[in-house]
Amino acid sequence: MAAELAATLRQIEAVGRRSVTRTLRQRALLIFPMLFPLILFAINGSALSTATRIPGFPPVSYRAFVLAVPFMQGALFIAVTAGIDLARDIESGFFNRLALTPLRGGALLTGQLGGALVVACLQSVVYLLVGIATGVGIASGVGGAFVLLALSILIAFGFAGLGALIALRSGSGEAVQAIFPLLFVTLFLSSASLPRPLIQVRWFRDVATYNPVSYLIEGIRSLVISGWDGRALALGFGFALALVVLSLGFANVAMRNRLVRT
Amino acid sequence: MRRFLFVARAVAWRSIHNTLVSPAILVPSIVFPLFFLAAFAGGLSKIAQVPNFDYRPGYTAFQFVFVFLQSAAFGGVFTGFAVARDFDTGFARRLLLSAPRRSGIIAGYAGGALARWCVTGAVVTVAALLAGMDVPANLSELFGMLGLGIMVNIVAALWACGVAMFLRTEQAGALIQMPVFVVIFLAPIYVPLRLLTGWIHAVAQVNPATIVLEAARGLLAHSPVHVAFAFALLAGGVVVMGLWARRGLLSAERAG
Repeated sequence: MAAELAATLRQIEAVGRRSVTRTLRQRALLIFPMLFPLILFAINGSALSTATRIPGFPPVSYRAFVLAVPFMQGALFIAVTAGIDLARDIESGFFNRLALTPLRGGALLTGQLGGALVVACLQSVVYLLVGIATGVGIASGVGGAFVLLALSILIAFGFAGLGALIALRSGSGEAVQAIFPLLFVTLFLSSASLPRPLIQVRWFRDVATYNPVSYLIEGIRSLVISGWDGRALALGFGFALALVVLSLGFANVAMRNRLVRT
Repeated sequence: MRRFLFVARAVAWRSIHNTLVSPAILVPSIVFPLFFLAAFAGGLSKIAQVPNFDYRPGYTAFQFVFVFLQSAAFGGVFTGFAVARDFDTGFARRLLLSAPRRSGIIAGYAGGALARWCVTGAVVTVAALLAGMDVPANLSELFGMLGLGIMVNIVAALWACGVAMFLRTEQAGALIQMPVFVVIFLAPIYVPLRLLTGWIHAVAQVNPATIVLEAARGLLAHSPVHVAFAFALLAGGVVVMGLWARRGLLSAERAG
């Protein structure tokens, strides 16, 4: 049992090292997805600052309110990066060759997401530091900042699993890219820009209420603007964990099917 | 001129045909602006209650104008992706060899971009009207707004063609869209210019996109402001970006 576990860990490490190296070598994949949310943060943080004058808006700067959004956008980009990397391995035939080795499906999947995990850690730290550098205070303090990092990395890992699932199901990088607008829509139709009670259009407020992305954002946001809000954190971590479990679970099934097929 | 038109028509037709038969290309270019409209006009409509927000036709119309022009710009940007893809697949090189008048290639791609945006612009307009957008503008003002959209589309398409022809790879995608995205989003998209504060106000004041956006919003609201200036700016943009695209074409010709 222990030997089997050690062997699995060795397999994860080998595949993970390759995934991390490949991700770090593709600077465009690192820089653009990290920069884009920061540009939007800079623009929206200023352009929408008038929103703080709406009656009922939390008594914080708009920049503090919207700091949670780059973490989510970064996670969406990670879904695409992770999916494309995996799809490229499938398209190039590398995956078929791996299938001939004694590698376990679970180890292969977890290892493949190693690169995504590294990017998630890097970008979460960068977004937090940029937020603090632009004058955003973390209401929950230093401990809250670490919880924020943990939550954002968990969310990113869940989305990476989703990207992997799409790649394994479709075997095509183009299909992974095509799904990106759909993921982005979930961010648009959430409480990313205004608190849900302040969304005036009813159908939009209803969609935002049923959209799990709202709760992921509100979990991160609560640590920045309100301090320790147990309900928001429970919902945020709950949905993030559900995303990780579901995406990796289904991805694992898809991986098994693909290994059988090859 | 006949050969120029022949090439332009053929390239434009191919571009339109590729768009119409590829849902992966057509659908995002229509769906994305619709989601922008829903997210901004729907999700942020409470912004209209901010003191001194006085755009008469309402927040849906305020955001519609932005999404209308943004879809025009991105209609042009998407054409750059198609040009880059044509270079990646080798088709563009064969096109360069066979075209009797190569400048017609740029005109053809730009024509294709315009045709594609006509579909997107119409869909966005219908969606905004269905959402209850108030339109105080008269017919000539609506044509003025359409004219601004057409010129924005041409400027963006020429920019995108130029970059794609200089770099000749699909990896140029980020470089094609990023500057367009930044210029557009540094205009007063959520509130009028005078309600912006801080650095974004300073940047928006000197951003040419602000003039175009305010002119189009003025036209829709039946209270035109600096319309001639906006058209002059865009005409200048067409000339400059036309030269840019021409240089891109020359670079592609030199590369063989």
